[in-house]
Amino acid sequence: MSHEELLKGLRKTVEQVLKAPYYKKKLADVGIDYPQDIRSLDDFWKIPLTEKEDLRQNYPFGLFAEPMERIVRVHASSGTTGKPTVVGYTRDDIQLWAKIVANGLRRIGVTSNDVVQVAYGYGLFTGGMGLHYGCEELGALAIPISGGNTQRQLMIMRDFGSTVLCCTPSYALYLAESLEEAGISRDELKLRVGIFGAEPWTDQMREEIESRLGIRAVDIYGLSEIMGPGVSMECLKGEGLHIDEHFYPEILDKEGNPVPEGTVGELVLTSLDKKGFPVLRYRTKDLTSISYGQCVCGHHGWTMKRVSARVDDMLIIRGVNVFPSQVEEAILSVGGIEPHYLIIVDREGTLDTLEVLVEVNTDSFTDEIRQLEQLQESLEVKIEDILGLSVKVRLVEPKSITRSEGKAKRVIDKRQEKLL
Amino acid sequence: MLQLSIFLENAKGRLAQVLNILAELGVNIRALSLADTKDYGVLRIIVEDAEKVASELKERNCVVKLTPVWVLKVADATGGLADVLNKLVDQGVIVEYMYAFVEKANEQAQVVLRVRDEEIMKIAMEKLGL
Repeated sequence: MSHEELLKGLRKTVEQVLKAPYYKKKLADVGIDYPQDIRSLDDFWKIPLTEKEDLRQNYPFGLFAEPMERIVRVHASSGTTGKPTVVGYTRDDIQLWAKIVANGLRRIGVTSNDVVQVAYGYGLFTGGMGLHYGCEELGALAIPISGGNTQRQLMIMRDFGSTVLCCTPSYALYLAESLEEAGISRDELKLRVGIFGAEPWTDQMREEIESRLGIRAVDIYGLSEIMGPGVSMECLKGEGLHIDEHFYPEILDKEGNPVPEGTVGELVLTSLDKKGFPVLRYRTKDLTSISYGQCVCGHHGWTMKRVSARVDDMLIIRGVNVFPSQVEEAILSVGGIEPHYLIIVDREGTLDTLEVLVEVNTDSFTDEIRQLEQLQESLEVKIEDILGLSVKVRLVEPKSITRSEGKAKRVIDKRQEKLL
Repeated sequence: MLQLSIFLENAKGRLAQVLNILAELGVNIRALSLADTKDYGVLRIIVEDAEKVASELKERNCVVKLTPVWVLKVADATGGLADVLNKLVDQGVIVEYMYAFVEKANEQAQVVLRVRDEEIMKIAMEKLGL
């Protein structure tokens, strides 16, 4: 996309958001009253960032830029605190979204011959319907099985001959585990590729999923505030997630200043062609880096690295920034251990404590206490190495850490309870 | 002989749970030892048909391992165990752990031995005619 085209897209979004009074005032404060006031990217960068809080304040429909008669669908993101954030789509928006997802699917070789098991939740969450409409746009068969009910997932996967699986990476691992338990062999399945997203994961987890399910695993990214899944998606080259051309990405540091290309920071996104719920400079809270270029798959534009963590996921333990993904990386690097873990942060007196529960399996279990202690110790050393924090590892029995059918719960922070 | 080793989380009632499972499976425990640390324990038992019991326990989500051990009869008299151990040590056998039980039928003491090197133990047993 040329510079001029980008500015044109940005002006279009500015024109669209000005229809919402809240934005009109916000933009007037920085001297932008008309789309033509965006003469350069410098003008664009004057626009204040949009936060989830802005959406909450305008709950439910305050930021919609089209009259309600043109809005044909809403989605909402789960509000763990307070009200959910609601987004609206016009008919054009739904079509655009389907085309974007279909494009991503096409890049990883999905065709009208494929059978896609959409095990993301259907409903207010964008995951299920986002992938579903993309499949239909492409002509592939979408199985709207939604999340959960693992036994039925396995049965349908085998009986319907699913070739593509869409779900969270932690649920993919859980399905792999359940397949082994159900005694369903790989040969009975036609599964070829998995599209996983909605939570941060690591390369080791990808390898684990790929080897256990015998498939290629690609990452998909999106959020309802921007559109839903498909904002960016990996191709089979696996060198990052290609950001669709209908979105303009920025990476900012903690103070909100742009960082050089390739540097990790918070991803901030602007929609370029959305009507019902256009967004300007939305803070995703996701940490990644971006680069510009051409990929062999045909994508030309911005590519982002896999989201390593969310700004929100970050724990501050004894003043050190800790991301659950770092703990996972450490556990998987020891080998023979499954990536089922639970981080427990607590406070004894004034000192934060970090404990990690790790499940023992038949491979890592030995009869001799000495060797179990060695295993425990090597896990502690590895985690300490990566985090720079002392940690206590506790070996627990398999399945004792709760499995999730959606986003995995990796952290229990008991310090907050103590503050109450 | 194969000993059954079971990983036990240090949770209230966990040992009883596992013993209940064994009872349900109709398994008679002939000898038992429990090694424990602060966070977890390892239950070691001698049972009939350990391999079958192991796979049944796995189905019930227990972490199980079969470990080769040696069962020796020793005289149920002062110095009986020391006598046998001295001979084994002379042959270069290193004991990792052991536990004893008494066979009711003939009132004979038996010990379960886990050794570091199976080959050395095998040779020692043959030499000593045990």
